[in-house]
Amino acid sequence: MTRQMTGAKMVVQALKDQGVDTVFGYPGGAVLPVYDEIFQQNDIKHVLVRHEQAAIHAAEGYARSTGKPGVALVTSGPGATNAVTGLTDALLDSIPLVVFSGQVPTFMIGTDGFQEADTIGITRPCTKHNWLVKDTDKLSETIHQAFHVATTGRPGPVLIDLPKDVQFADGEYTPPAKAKVSHYQPRVKASIEDINNLVALIEKAERPVFYTGGGVINSGPGASQLLRELVDATGFPITSTLMGLGAYPASGKGWLGMLGMHGLYEANMAMHGCDLMINIGARFDDRITGRIQDFSPNSTKVHVDIDPSSINKIIRVDLPVIGDVGHVLEDVLKVWKSRGRKTADTSAWWKQIEEWREVRCLTYKPSETVIKPQYALERLEALTKGMDRYVTTEVGQHQMWAAQFLNFEDPNRWMTSGGLGTMGYGFPASIGVQLAHPESLVINVAGEASWLMNMQEMGTAMQYRAPVKQFILNNERLGMVRQWQQLLHGERYSSSWSESLPDFVKLAEAFGAKGIQCSDPKDLDDAIMEMINYDGPVIFDCLVEKHENCFPMIPSGKAHNEMLLGDASVEGAIKSDGAVLV
Amino acid sequence: MSALRIQQGSTSHSAYDLRDYHAEVIEKHTLAVLVDNEAGVLARVIGLFSGRGYNIESLTVAEVNHDSHLSRITVVTTGTRDVIEQIKAQVGRIVPVHEVHDLTVEGPSIERELALFKVEGTGNNRIEALRLAEIFRANVVDSTLESFVFEMTGTSEKIDAFAELMRPLGLVETARTGVAALARGSHV
Ligand SMILES: Cc1ncc(C[n+]2csc(CCOP(=O)(O)OP(=O)(O)O)c2C)c(N)n1
Ligand SMILES: [Mg+2]
Repeated sequence: MTRQMTGAKMVVQALKDQGVDTVFGYPGGAVLPVYDEIFQQNDIKHVLVRHEQAAIHAAEGYARSTGKPGVALVTSGPGATNAVTGLTDALLDSIPLVVFSGQVPTFMIGTDGFQEADTIGITRPCTKHNWLVKDTDKLSETIHQAFHVATTGRPGPVLIDLPKDVQFADGEYTPPAKAKVSHYQPRVKASIEDINNLVALIEKAERPVFYTGGGVINSGPGASQLLRELVDATGFPITSTLMGLGAYPASGKGWLGMLGMHGLYEANMAMHGCDLMINIGARFDDRITGRIQDFSPNSTKVHVDIDPSSINKIIRVDLPVIGDVGHVLEDVLKVWKSRGRKTADTSAWWKQIEEWREVRCLTYKPSETVIKPQYALERLEALTKGMDRYVTTEVGQHQMWAAQFLNFEDPNRWMTSGGLGTMGYGFPASIGVQLAHPESLVINVAGEASWLMNMQEMGTAMQYRAPVKQFILNNERLGMVRQWQQLLHGERYSSSWSESLPDFVKLAEAFGAKGIQCSDPKDLDDAIMEMINYDGPVIFDCLVEKHENCFPMIPSGKAHNEMLLGDASVEGAIKSDGAVLV
Repeated sequence: MSALRIQQGSTSHSAYDLRDYHAEVIEKHTLAVLVDNEAGVLARVIGLFSGRGYNIESLTVAEVNHDSHLSRITVVTTGTRDVIEQIKAQVGRIVPVHEVHDLTVEGPSIERELALFKVEGTGNNRIEALRLAEIFRANVVDSTLESFVFEMTGTSEKIDAFAELMRPLGLVETARTGVAALARGSHV
């Protein structure tokens, strides 16, 4: 069942066979044969971005909102190097991507040919795996293998480097079913012994907490469903990382809110004071742990992760459970039920949590004259609640406020650059999400500085009629940088002003989109509704309080129970040994 | 603001982790890594070590099974027990890696290294060098009137010891292969 065809045709055929419907890309000399094949078919839609970084972020948005791998296509040299930030972003957030890059013909490799770059060398540390294909006969099998690697185990980005002569040459096409199976088959089911041990811990914990992350979402909607079942049946409290929001619904009765550096007081205090911590698909990132030595000092720690290298990397755990979240949760539920659905009395723990909640850590000083960023997000939440809504963000204060003030009821609805913290992620990601969900409301909560990093994508949004809403919380500052300078560098605001900002309304209009500016809290609701109701891309320039700080905050080098709650105690908040930390 | 007082070496594993690693014992482990013999696989392994700040004391690589295209990489590395565990897990998740064996903990193993030493000298030094070479069972593989090249196989410690003795006798150049290692016994 093999067929002869050119390498370029194979790429398109393999994508079809892998069920790909959308490719984000940008052409150039070294990928012209593939573009020629794309031109001659209608099954796969190619989305022309305006910068290769945006192609990768758009593919990430597509992947995170659908659960399918995102696909991107870039040319050699500068095309590939422009993709590096996106690949690194996807690697740190474990997002499955298959990226194709053009390369100079095999006989020119190593000669510093025009637009030659050592793409394999450059992307080796920022992909899960990459391949240089030198033989057209091996191309289709490599592509199938690439999809397997990107989506199996801990997902991640992979790259295939395609020399131009390999694209032109004829070779034998191997369909996915015939392709050699990879030896890469990470374990998905945990040992029954580990499951039993975990259930035994669940049965006797008095102060338990679930700490969940992006791994739950990566494991698929079924995993989120099982998580809800387990959390609700045990009645345990649950918190999540930035990456995991939506796996458990914000309206659920166990929900404590996000944890970590800008997480909720009750969530961090529960982490600090618990006697059983069940980490499911999270990785004890430094944004979460605060000072390692004081991290949750009195708890038994369980870590469920598909990647063995995550175990004991940062925090030593008592019970590692290596496996896929969905499989593990299924087994835990089965065993826990069969042993009689036992839990200890957690009412005293809940009472304690309620007291922490009373602190109402998200309280901010309201204003009748300026729009507080928190208020803007509260209104956005109120006015879009219950809608078929997806949210992406850029990176900065607005991102943290979005995580604090927007509520997510379902997985795959929230796309943000967590691990790499890539300014410029949100706008292209929102386009990727919108193209995967044409009828849904897609909002990018942005900071003005981040947004400018990929603003060229207005062209893409217009061309593909992606009605993405760019909700810019414009504080005319690199707000998060400014906040750190205030806390740590004696209010010397070195280069943290957003100078010479464009007129965002005119900018929108220049692209043929709609621009809205709002600066008065009284006009905000109407303006937001106007944004939502407009059928097309909107740039919403929301002028907000310029020097608002994002709280709560665990300063670098501090423990969970040393959170800053408001503007009062910011002086000297970060000690010198914490200052080296970012 | 006072100067940052960060203990030297305390951030060697991760910039975010201010645990004091000096409090823990540094161990030396020999890892055998079976990999697909494909272009760039060594760069992946080495890149992982340098990128994550792990040590490489020695590294050897060669194809060991032509039919299944498998190569064996033998790495001698040092670190605390936690770091060694991390290294194994990190190496294990490189896609073309099939198996990672920690020969240091998996039971008795044999380690051998081959070295070549060029020793220049005349008179008594030359005679002494030859005498010591015999004791160490080093072979003379090249000789001129003023020099020998000795070839020696043994543990790294034995090779170190021989080099130490040759230094005052006119050792001018050394080449070492790095460690090759296998578990003892019949099992693989
Ligand atoms: C590409 C990139 N460069 C620099 C940074 C460092 N950084 C983090 S937040 C931030 C400021 C973001 O400003 P803005 O987008 O306006 O968001 P705000 O914090 O004001 O809400 C900067 C410069 C980053 N995260 N990414
Ligand atoms: Mg800003």
